[in-house]
Parts: sequence; C-alpha cells; structure tokens
Amino acid sequence: MSGAFTPRNIVAALLFAALLLLPLYAHFANDRFLLTLFTRIIILAMAAVSLNLILGFGGMMSFGHAAYLGIGGYAVGILAFEGVPSGFVQWPVALAASALFALVIGALSLRTRGVYFIMITLAFAQMAYYIIAGLARYGGDDGLTIQKRSQFFAPINLTDKVQFYYLCLALLLGALYLAWRLVNSRFGLAIQGARSNDTRMRAIGFPTYRYKLVCFVIAGTLCGLAGALLANHTDFVSPAMMYWTRSGDLIIMVVLGGMGSVIGPVFGAVALLVLEETLSGITEYWQIILGPLLLLVVLFARGGIDGLLGKVRHG
Amino acid sequence: MADALLQVESLAKRFGGIVATDDVALSIAAGELHAVIGPNGAGKTTLIAQLSGQLAPDAGRIRFAGHDISALPMYRRSHLGLARSFQITSLCLDLSVLDNVALAVQAHAGHSFRFWRNARGETELRQPARSALARVGLSAREHLPASALSHGEHRQLELAMALAGNPRMLLLDEPMAGLGPEESARMVGMLRELKKELTILLVEHDMEAVFALADRITVLVYGRVIASGAPDEIRANAQVRDAYLGEAEAAHG
Amino acid sequence: MTLFIEQCLNGLQFGLLLFLLAAGLTLVFGIMDLVNLAHGSLYMIGAYFAATFAAWTGSFVLGALLALVATLIVGMAVEVIVMRRLYGRDHLDHVLGTFGLILFFDEAVRLIWGPEGLSLPLPSWLNTAITILPGFDYSAYKFSIIVVSLVVAGFLYVLVMRTRVGMLIRAGASNREMVGALGVNIKLLYTLVFGLGAALAGLAGLMQAPILTVQIGMGENILILAFVITVIGGIGSIRGALVAALLVGFIDTLGRSYLPDFLRMMFSKEVAATAAPALSSMLIYLLMAIVLVVKPEGLFSAAGK
Repeated sequence: MSGAFTPRNIVAALLFAALLLLPLYAHFANDRFLLTLFTRIIILAMAAVSLNLILGFGGMMSFGHAAYLGIGGYAVGILAFEGVPSGFVQWPVALAASALFALVIGALSLRTRGVYFIMITLAFAQMAYYIIAGLARYGGDDGLTIQKRSQFFAPINLTDKVQFYYLCLALLLGALYLAWRLVNSRFGLAIQGARSNDTRMRAIGFPTYRYKLVCFVIAGTLCGLAGALLANHTDFVSPAMMYWTRSGDLIIMVVLGGMGSVIGPVFGAVALLVLEETLSGITEYWQIILGPLLLLVVLFARGGIDGLLGKVRHG
Repeated sequence: MADALLQVESLAKRFGGIVATDDVALSIAAGELHAVIGPNGAGKTTLIAQLSGQLAPDAGRIRFAGHDISALPMYRRSHLGLARSFQITSLCLDLSVLDNVALAVQAHAGHSFRFWRNARGETELRQPARSALARVGLSAREHLPASALSHGEHRQLELAMALAGNPRMLLLDEPMAGLGPEESARMVGMLRELKKELTILLVEHDMEAVFALADRITVLVYGRVIASGAPDEIRANAQVRDAYLGEAEAAHG
Repeated sequence: MTLFIEQCLNGLQFGLLLFLLAAGLTLVFGIMDLVNLAHGSLYMIGAYFAATFAAWTGSFVLGALLALVATLIVGMAVEVIVMRRLYGRDHLDHVLGTFGLILFFDEAVRLIWGPEGLSLPLPSWLNTAITILPGFDYSAYKFSIIVVSLVVAGFLYVLVMRTRVGMLIRAGASNREMVGALGVNIKLLYTLVFGLGAALAGLAGLMQAPILTVQIGMGENILILAFVITVIGGIGSIRGALVAALLVGFIDTLGRSYLPDFLRMMFSKEVAATAAPALSSMLIYLLMAIVLVVKPEGLFSAAGK
C-alpha cells in the first residue's frame, strides 16, 4: 500500500517516538518542567481528538466542548473531596456525567443548524460553567484542590509523574485507535455523509439526527476522560477549565492541526502549546501575536498542519 | 384508483403570499412513467419536495403503496421505496463517487450503529454500489471525489444513488438539466430501460424527452393542475398550448 | 412593592443595554452572514475609551461622545482590514478569525491600559436619585440609560423601517444577493452596518461602565448573553432582539432578586443558599432551551432563506 509512508504518517511516527522517549530525555536533561508540559499536551490532545470527531468529521461546530473537561474534572474533584478517592468510581462517574450532559445538550442543540448551533452549544456550556461556579461547597470561582489523585490497584500510582505520563500517552494512543476505527466504520461514514450533505443523507434514508447525537455523546464522553486526567494532572479543578474561551482553544488546536484526519488534532495540540510556551518566553503579551497568527492560519492555511503535509506530498 | 402506487389528494402549500401548490391531485399507477411539466415557477420542485418529505404541505394527503405518508419524515419514505434525485446537484462532494453510492446502499442495509468494521471493505455495501454505478455508466470514475465529476456525470451519479436503494418509485427532478445533446440522449435511453422495472415521476423541461418517455403527463401552472392525461391529449389541449407549450416551442425554435 | 418596581426598572435597564449589544450582533449576522465573536471586544473598547476620554476632558458626556466616535472608527477599521476577508467563508472561519481578534484586543488593551481595569465615575448631576412616581425614587443614571436606550431603539426603528438605507438593510437581511444585484455599493453598506453595530456595542459598554465594570474580559462575559438573545429573538431580526433582550433582562434581574426567597419558601435555608446563585444563572439558558424546543429558528426569524 503506497499510502503507508505519507508525510503525515512519517511525521506522526516521529512524533510518537519522541513522545515515548521524552521522559528519558527529561530525566537526563534534568528538566522536570518538560514532563509536566507534555503530559498536559497529551491530555489536551485527547480532548482535541474528541472534538474533531464532531467538528472535523461530523461538521458540528460545537463551541462548548471544554464543558466536558470541567465535568470530567469535577467528577474526580468532587468525589475526592467527599472522600471517594477510588479511580474505579471516579472515572466511570466522569464518563457517565459527560455522556449524560452531552446527551441532553446534543438532543436540544442538534435541532438547530449553522450559527444557531454554534451559539447554542456555547450558551449551554456557559450554563454549566455558571452552575459549577455557583457551587460554594466545592470552591465556586476559586476552584477545588484535589488532595489525592485517583487511586487504583497497587502498582498503578498516578502520583508518579513518569507513570502518569505513560498512562496518558497510552490512553491517547487508545483513543486515536478507537477514533480511527470509528471514522472508517459504517457509523463514521454516515457521520461524514451527514457533514457533507445532510439533506441528501436523509433523502437516501439515514435518520441523521440519531447518528449525530450518538457521535456527540461519544465525543463528550472521551473529553470527559481527558477532564479526569487533567484534574489528576493539576491536582486542582476550577470553573475556568470550562470557560467558553477554553472551548475556543480546543477548536484552534483542531483547525491548526487539520480536521481531515484523526491525528491532525494531536499535531495541533503540540503545535499550539509549544508555540504558547515559546512565545510567552519571548514576551508577556504573546497573545497579541497569537491572535493575528490564528487569523492568518484561517485565511491562508485552512487545512492546518495536516493540509501542509498533504501539499508536501503532491509538491 | 385503488391500484395507484402514488396518490396525491388536495395538496396545498403557501409561502407567505405565494401559493406554490394549489389543490393538486395526482394518481400514478405502478409501472407508469408520469411526467410533470409546466413553466418556471409552476411549483414543480416544491411538489417533489413535498412528495419526498423535505417540505411539509399545508393541506392534503399523500399515499404511497397504500400507506399514508403525508407526515412521514424523509428518511422513512426512502425506506418505503420512494427515492428522489435533486434538481440542483446535491451530493456528498468531498466523498468519492463510490462512497456516495455505497452510502445509498448502506442506508437500506440495516442500522449504521456499527463502529468497528471498515465499511469501505464491506462487499455487501460495495458490490451493489458498483452495480448501480455500472448501470449508469460511471464505473470508471468510482474512485474520484464527487467534486471532480462533470455536470453530466453528476446527473448520472444522482441517478445511481437513487437506484442503489432498490426503490419502487423514483421522483426525478429535471435529470436532464444542463445536459448536452449526447448526454441527454443517453439519459433518455437509461430512463427508458428503468421504466421497465420502476415507477417514475419525471419533472422535466426537455419536451422531446417528455413526449418520448411519458405514459401520462400532468401540466402544472402557478401551482395548479390545468391538464392531465395521455401525451397526445396534452399536445392537443388548447389551454396547455397557450400556457406552456407555445413558449417552449418558441424557446426551442 | 417599591422594591418590585425598582427591580422591574432594573430589568428594563439591563434588557435595553443588552438590546443595544445584541442589535449590532444580529444585524451583522443577518446582513453580512458574519459571526462576530469580537463584538464583545468593541463593547469593552467603548468602555475603556469612555473612561479615558472622560478623564482627559473632565466631562462625562464629552468623554462618552468621543468614545462613541472612537469605537465607530475602530469598528470600521476592523471591517475594512479583517472582516472583508471573511465574508462568504465558512462560519467556522468567522469563529476562528474573530476569536483571534478577541485575543488580540484583550492583549492590546492590557498593553495600553494595563491589567488592572479602569473606573468611570459619574458626574454629580447624574449621581443622584430622581422621583419617578410619588414616593418612589430611582437612580437618575439608570433612568437616563433607559431613556437613551429607548431613544436609540427608536432611532434604529426609524432607520430600518423608514429610510432607504434601512430598506437595504431589511432587504439584505432576507436576501443578500438581491441587494447586490440592485447595484448598491455593497462594500460601503457593509462597512456602515458594521460601524453601526460597533457604535451600538460601544454605547452599551460605556453606559454600563460607571455602574458595572471596565476591565479586560468584560466583553467575553456579556457576549454569551448577546448570543442567547440573538438565538431567542431570531437571527437578523431587530424586533426579535428587542423582545428577547427585554425578556432576558427581566428574567435575569427578577430571577436573581426573587429566586432565593422563592426557594427558601420551598426548601431549607442551606439548600436555597447553595442552589440560588446556580439556578439564577441557569434561568436564561432554560428560557433559551424552551424556545429551541418550541421554535428552533427563534421567535422572529427574519430570513426567508
């Protein structure tokens, strides 16, 4: 299959090799921060991959995806606070809560299209933000510290940074594999068809609303898992995790990386977060560069990194 | 008519002040090719939209194969065997030609809540799709993205997709629109073949094609049926000549 | 009873302020099919300009007028430099591009004015109470907000319903191509409409500045409400924006005032204290959800498309 050695696949392979070896490098270079940074990148990459299922493949412009980061995170945080540190309880609750929220929001929002859909998902996510920020018991605006990370059986110890890093990486790879299978399955093709031409799909016999809703729930659930990981990573949850501008960050990662492939968002997450780190080292006002940069990407490099890699191939 | 495959009664639709469909009645028997003609703005596409379920009528009933489908959503009508093609090309342009038709097959092959198997490798989807493409003569183009096709090929693809679901009846909305003389002739030939196994409602402007193919013709003007019957009757009908055929002949010169 | 009247007036004032903000948003979307997330940034800039100019000139009113002009100019500049390149593109492009603008403006404001925020004090002649009804006093400033907003709403009505420009705006909202085919200078029309939207946003921003806030990020907070209003009212419809804004203004204000008491009647004090703030915030979104279920295209959808 001539398709195997595409530029995209090569870059992906190199990236994952680098990610696998990163903890070793960090150890020898004595750079603690690198490990922390890349754990965060991996977790957010997972969130971006989940968003791409509905945004890139499903054509559903949801501006409220960060809500699931918050829901998953708070599931862990609240349970930890109430004396339930077991990951076996926390993580399923995180997934279930995210799935439920996605089901309700999706059911309502998918009745609309286009700009209405964007605004509505945005508004519902903000609603979730305000609800959580209003819970004084769990810190409200100030957030909630997590004293102990999720507990599992003996050898698994999330407090060990290297172990946690590899766990996140393994989960990301798992998520990528699942997403890849999903996208190429009957379900995935139905979703892509609905993105491409919803009316046509209904005319040939697909109840598109159903499939979009299920896709929406899957994406939300996966992002909820990322939220649980994020809570463990920062040992802290706050409503800011789900403020609507965070949803914007996720969208940027997806578009920057490229919406047409399962792995695009990973490129985007790495690129964006590394860029942020680099720029903020140069100037305090780095967003003033990022803003116009984003605009330029939208205007001139719409296919994202993935698109650029594609161009490399066709010369 | 108890035998009618498609029966439309008192169908009506307004858009604000405009009456798009005015008390329309139609009766199409199984195996018939029924043409609907009329000047631009007569409401032909609106009629098809209501028959396929894209638009809800304000009044009236639609019966198909004995079922009252007036309130049935679009995708359900497809499962009953009513397929439609679109006047303005409406395809999944970023997917391949084969993917488009395979989706039409997939829609009728059970539910699509299958998340694991590679759908592009499923013979039970790909094979009927390839057959449909072969019927319309597009086999050579199956791997191209649908956007790469010419306009005439789009019309062929439209037809292939409508056929892939094994329908009992086709609603064809101006399948010849924008086709050159060769392509039109090919399309007429194809429709003549299809007539033998399917019931067809054909909305068309191309009068040659209409009179060559139709068993019966209904004439629509400003949303109202002004005449309905065999092609010769219609050709001889004075009202129809005034309203429409005169214009059309002048236009074809 | 007086408390109730006061809260109603507060709701009216809040609703009218939201209307000014939402009107610009819905106009720009209806006519140029442009999703503008940076609308909140114009709101913020209006407030910042007002605070600065008022301090320079020593006059609140003069400062406000200058701020209005400045925001109009910034709005038109943004339209010419950025928005023109986004017209006709996918909505996702609009969202991303204008999101980039938000980042830019927030940071630019931080660069120019610092991270702390500003204050805009009221002149003494406004910082007083007036008697509206016998025995009932209300803040003169809040009352003037109501008056100014109503005047502007009236002006918008006259503009949209009675002038040639307004006719083009209404036509554009329901059929963009037709307006272009009429041979109208579309570019100029778009710039003016965007400028109008910017001015409205700036006006809302500067009017609320003395009583609420002048800080970075204020635009993002209120933008959501403007979106909700646009959805409820129907994109492209100014009338819808007014009705929806008033609804939202009343429900939010009255809800926040009376919900805690209402909850306390039914549940224990602790439950009421925890649930009240969260539920109050939720009310508007519940309203939006209800509208969505009943009429997904909004109450007064303008577009025939």
